[in-house]
Amino acid sequence: MTAAYPTRWRRPPQIIRNRRLARALQLGFALWFIAALATLDLDWARVAEGWSRALRFVEGFLQPDFTSRWRDISRGLVESLTMTLTSTVVGVAISIPIGIGAARNLAPRWIYAICRSIIAVSRAVQEIIIAIFFVAMFGFGPFAGFLTLSFATIGFIAKLLADDIEDLDEAQVEAVRATGAGWMQVINYAVQPQVMPRLIGLSVYRLDINFRESAVIGIVGAGGIGATLNTSIDRYEYDSAGAILLIIIAIVMVAEYGSSYLRKFLQ
Amino acid sequence: MLDLNGLTKTYKTGDRAVNDVSLSVPKGQIVGLIGPSGAGKSSLIRCINRLVEPTAGRITLAGTELTGLGPRALRRQRRRIGMIFQEYALVERLTVMENVLSGRLGYVSFWQSFTRRFPPADIARAYALLDRVGLLDHADKRADALSGGQRQRVGIARALAQDPELLLVDEPTASLDPKTSRQIMRLLTEICAERDLPAIVNIHDVALARQFLPRIVGLRAGQVVFDGTPADLTDIALTRIYGDEDWDAMRRAEAEDEAETREALAARDAMVLA
Repeated sequence: MTAAYPTRWRRPPQIIRNRRLARALQLGFALWFIAALATLDLDWARVAEGWSRALRFVEGFLQPDFTSRWRDISRGLVESLTMTLTSTVVGVAISIPIGIGAARNLAPRWIYAICRSIIAVSRAVQEIIIAIFFVAMFGFGPFAGFLTLSFATIGFIAKLLADDIEDLDEAQVEAVRATGAGWMQVINYAVQPQVMPRLIGLSVYRLDINFRESAVIGIVGAGGIGATLNTSIDRYEYDSAGAILLIIIAIVMVAEYGSSYLRKFLQ
Repeated sequence: MLDLNGLTKTYKTGDRAVNDVSLSVPKGQIVGLIGPSGAGKSSLIRCINRLVEPTAGRITLAGTELTGLGPRALRRQRRRIGMIFQEYALVERLTVMENVLSGRLGYVSFWQSFTRRFPPADIARAYALLDRVGLLDHADKRADALSGGQRQRVGIARALAQDPELLLVDEPTASLDPKTSRQIMRLLTEICAERDLPAIVNIHDVALARQFLPRIVGLRAGQVVFDGTPADLTDIALTRIYGDEDWDAMRRAEAEDEAETREALAARDAMVLA
């Protein structure tokens, strides 16, 4: 009885049904990858020369100098932390109405289209490019950084908030709507309780991203610890640069740990 | 009290969920709506408070036509219609009290509801309703801390907080065990009797409908195919609603189920006494 059934089974291909076509695509991809690697233009002499510089950089790390540039470092840090906090608060505050507008289940079509395009623009343009733009517009300093990070926060928070709102439990929304509640009341009673923990979690996470970004955009002139870091690298003071990087790493770790703890607590 | 006239709902996909339904519910009457899944029970009751927009036909509640109202007028009319949901549909992260008070949203301003400063009379009423459904001690708990039966009681209190003139009840017992289901159905019928409230109850469980509801309407493919008392609901009528099935076996199973419940209750009582 059992002998009548096959004893061998192979998993049928799932994505591309034709085995031969799948093989051909795999081979083609491998060839493309090798060809792409071959076009990388490596100057080995320059690499050898660069080793010594890289080594000096690493040495600076191993002997970080916190003291001789401490005033610059602390000023940069305070600037960065100020920029981080203000831009996160402002960014999140602007993100909430945009996020609600970008949720298909709550907003009329035209508002949805507008809000989604704001998000798309904010997400499409990289922070550095925005920073360069704002620095050109408002001059060097943390104000340009604050605007950059606020703008970047909008794309991040509004998109994730809108996606979360689109996934919410419709039954709860329907139940509140059925009581005769107005639109704002539905948002306050049925939507807000469902998305609040995630919104707080995302905001804390964004705070931590904004701090890291503040170090990067400082390099193009938007103030903060990044500007201090850039100056010390320009002066070949790798020991001070090492100290700055260590401080950034420490703060990011603290923020990371704190935000994951907070998010767990909110569940 | 409630009159449906030629009510029809056709979805964009072309499904005609409700097909030319005319129905009249007098004051104080509870109507059970039975029918197979997809027969349009859910769409029908959602058409009444226009959570689903009817395609054609008229709905009048105590002389007011509900079809064709603008958004503001519709919200005012929704206040008069309490709704109780399958799987409770409480806002899980709000407290029991907030869930009950949300029944007053149509009566208060946004600012009052946002700051949770409801009029004293509303708060007193909410406490009274929680007392009526036996949950006075649970007012400050979060809704997701309650059991299924307790949640449905909160759902009932929320609907009653609206001071409704009509109750729409969508599968109130779908996720409850047989005993809790009966308690909820008993509570519903008692409350409707106390307040002379008409109600439409969508219900899957034919036995439960028979036991508690004086009038049963059978829906099949969006059309009313039966309208009568539980006694009229013969095998022939059931076949007309659901198609062929061994109804006699179902009834025997029901009887066994009842006997079992009684035995279990008796055993529990015996234990309590001993």
